[in-house]
Amino acid sequence: MNTNEPFNLEYAPAPESTKIVNIAKSYDLFIGGKFVKAKSGKTFSTINPATEEHLSTIAEASTDDVNKAVKAARKGYKNYWRDMPGKQRARYLYRIARQIQERSREFAVLETLDGGKPIKESRDFDLPQVAAHFFYNAGWADKLDYAFPNRKVSPHGVVGQIIPWNFPLLMAAWKIAPALATGNTVVLKPAETTPLTALLLAELIQDADLPPGVVNIVTGAGETGEALVNHPDINKLAFTGSTDVGKMIQKAAAARRLPLTLELGGKAAHVVFEDAAIDQAVEGVVNGIFFNQGHVCCAGSRLLVQESIAEDFIARLKRRVALLRVGDPLDKNTDVGAINSGAQLTRIQELVESGVAEGADIFQPDCKLPAKGFWFTPTLFTGVQQSHRIAREEIFGPVLSIQTFRTAEEAVEKANNTPYGLSAGIWTEKGSKILWMADRLQAGVVWANTYNQFDPSSPFGGYKESGFGREGGLQGLSPYVRNAVGGRS
Amino acid sequence: MNKNLPVAKTYKLFINGAFPRSESGYTLPIRNTEGQLLANISKASRKDLRDSVRAARSAQESWASRTAYNRGQILYRIAEMMEARREEFIAVLESTGETHKEAVGQVEDAIERWVWYAGWADKIHHVLGTVNPVAGPYFNFTMPEPTGVVGVVASEEPALLGLVSRLAPIIVSGNTAVVVVDVEAGLAAVTLAEVLATSDLPGGVVNLLTGDKQELLPWMLGHLDINSVDLTGAPNDIDHEILEESAVNVKRTVWGDPTDETPYIIADFLEMKTVWHPIGR
Repeated sequence: MNTNEPFNLEYAPAPESTKIVNIAKSYDLFIGGKFVKAKSGKTFSTINPATEEHLSTIAEASTDDVNKAVKAARKGYKNYWRDMPGKQRARYLYRIARQIQERSREFAVLETLDGGKPIKESRDFDLPQVAAHFFYNAGWADKLDYAFPNRKVSPHGVVGQIIPWNFPLLMAAWKIAPALATGNTVVLKPAETTPLTALLLAELIQDADLPPGVVNIVTGAGETGEALVNHPDINKLAFTGSTDVGKMIQKAAAARRLPLTLELGGKAAHVVFEDAAIDQAVEGVVNGIFFNQGHVCCAGSRLLVQESIAEDFIARLKRRVALLRVGDPLDKNTDVGAINSGAQLTRIQELVESGVAEGADIFQPDCKLPAKGFWFTPTLFTGVQQSHRIAREEIFGPVLSIQTFRTAEEAVEKANNTPYGLSAGIWTEKGSKILWMADRLQAGVVWANTYNQFDPSSPFGGYKESGFGREGGLQGLSPYVRNAVGGRS
Repeated sequence: MNKNLPVAKTYKLFINGAFPRSESGYTLPIRNTEGQLLANISKASRKDLRDSVRAARSAQESWASRTAYNRGQILYRIAEMMEARREEFIAVLESTGETHKEAVGQVEDAIERWVWYAGWADKIHHVLGTVNPVAGPYFNFTMPEPTGVVGVVASEEPALLGLVSRLAPIIVSGNTAVVVVDVEAGLAAVTLAEVLATSDLPGGVVNLLTGDKQELLPWMLGHLDINSVDLTGAPNDIDHEILEESAVNVKRTVWGDPTDETPYIIADFLEMKTVWHPIGR
């Protein structure tokens, strides 16, 4: 062996095969247990954001189609689901959970193709979580009397659910599993850029012999969502997405006093103290903002680092960010995949330009991006002022805004200085400081010495303008039952 | 027969622990069933509402950071103070048309509400909080926290119990409140404020505005520093556009029952916070 020869530390390409998925040329709506053509006759194309290649043609549901779906859901509720013993409902949900586990790789590849996220994440995070959510909620279906002490609860009826494109199948699971466990039937609208895994789930639901109408899936964009929100025969709405759209939905629901759950945007502060385990904190901060290309409502998009360690910490962070592998989402070694859509890429670019224009210092590692598809280089901003748009607005991309603080009180002040309140991170080796901070941070989820952890038994959801209601855990059941928690709508 | 002319009480607003008149200078008369003037009640303005929200916001953090034991004791103290003034409450309710029996029943129930919710101060966490068995080496728990500043539209029917049944579960967890009541319920509400002012309840935890609910409601729903609104006493025919205002800062809106007694009302005005920490050596 010639010791003068440098080792080649380049990764060889390791692409996941796409043979496992079989994407149909076109997909219809899933209503009443069957795939049915949209009355509208309208369609839209779903593409692979990493290549801009057309994947399939999807039916666009009109108001008439949504109406048909709500009717089917009502029938499913009255004829099957409402009066089915909890033990039976549980069996269906367990069956769905198992079939998801069995076809997990197929779903993961499809998720990555349609949404652009790294296969490493869809395979090791999204899909295991999807199955776990069905499994966890299945067990509640026949135990609801123990969930709400001294209160007899009943389902709402037909639930309208609208989900985003960042965790397409996982968001479907977060919505469908607790709704079904508590005895509701659903009409779900997936996001227009990522409909494919929800439609594959519809096929799986057919295989699981779920009674017709219990789950209905209507594909489309904003107009389809609007038709669902405004449908007079919906008993409850659940929405995950942007705060702007959430507010529009809240208006529509307020007028009708319709029970509502909102899981909206965030601008989470990730607070690193001088007594943190520094290298672990660097990893945590990187995971916090670059997980799923930063398309995460709870992304740690504002780093607050204590002034005494800021210089060293930022230098380490830059070294680490330069090692991120950006590229083919199907490659098993990819850390950061494709931006989900051209529209989202434009929004990220626009906000990053505002950061530069407003005077923050930009850092982007030297990083070769593929020629086709939607891509954005992982980006750090230092010298960020509270007034900068990049410190206040949700970017929903791989962009981290860095600010400093001197005291814990100042960290709390800065962390809470936002209309959002979804999540927060704390890094310190001092236990009492963690609890002191956790108590004061206005956020629904606080990660201490870790970040971006999720579990079906752990409630998730926001304070303030990040929405209301929880998903996951015991607390995630109450939005789906009437009279569980008084009269909050 | 009184030798002297009785000294009539001036009924004012209750803001930040003090009893100011409305800055607007407006009052509304309230008369007994025979038409005799009982009081000229202050009619709260938009400015009074804003001042109340500021007081409630300033008081919220320190109220919430008191121990649950301490908040429980203060709620119990409110019950004690009400008990001491029960005859006055009964007289107030009778003067506005309740029978003696109804008045006594309402006052007793209202006192009972404070005692019942006082006990919840250090128990609600047991019932609503959880330790979550996540599939990984993490300690994970969920605990309830107060929502923040709550706008309360109190029900006049029944005047005293409708107010207390909503207020007690809202403040017991550490929320502060801005309450609007219509003039008809004003005497009972202001008398309650006098109890609150002498019960060791910190100023600003409860702010009470008498006036025209219909007029104050849009300002309450549109206020950016109110986190949640209790619409239990809101008129049924309330305009859609007014309700839509609640979306301006994603307010939690609650429609409840005016006299229910359940810990789930406390839950309506809570946020759930989940904390994760790794387990390791």
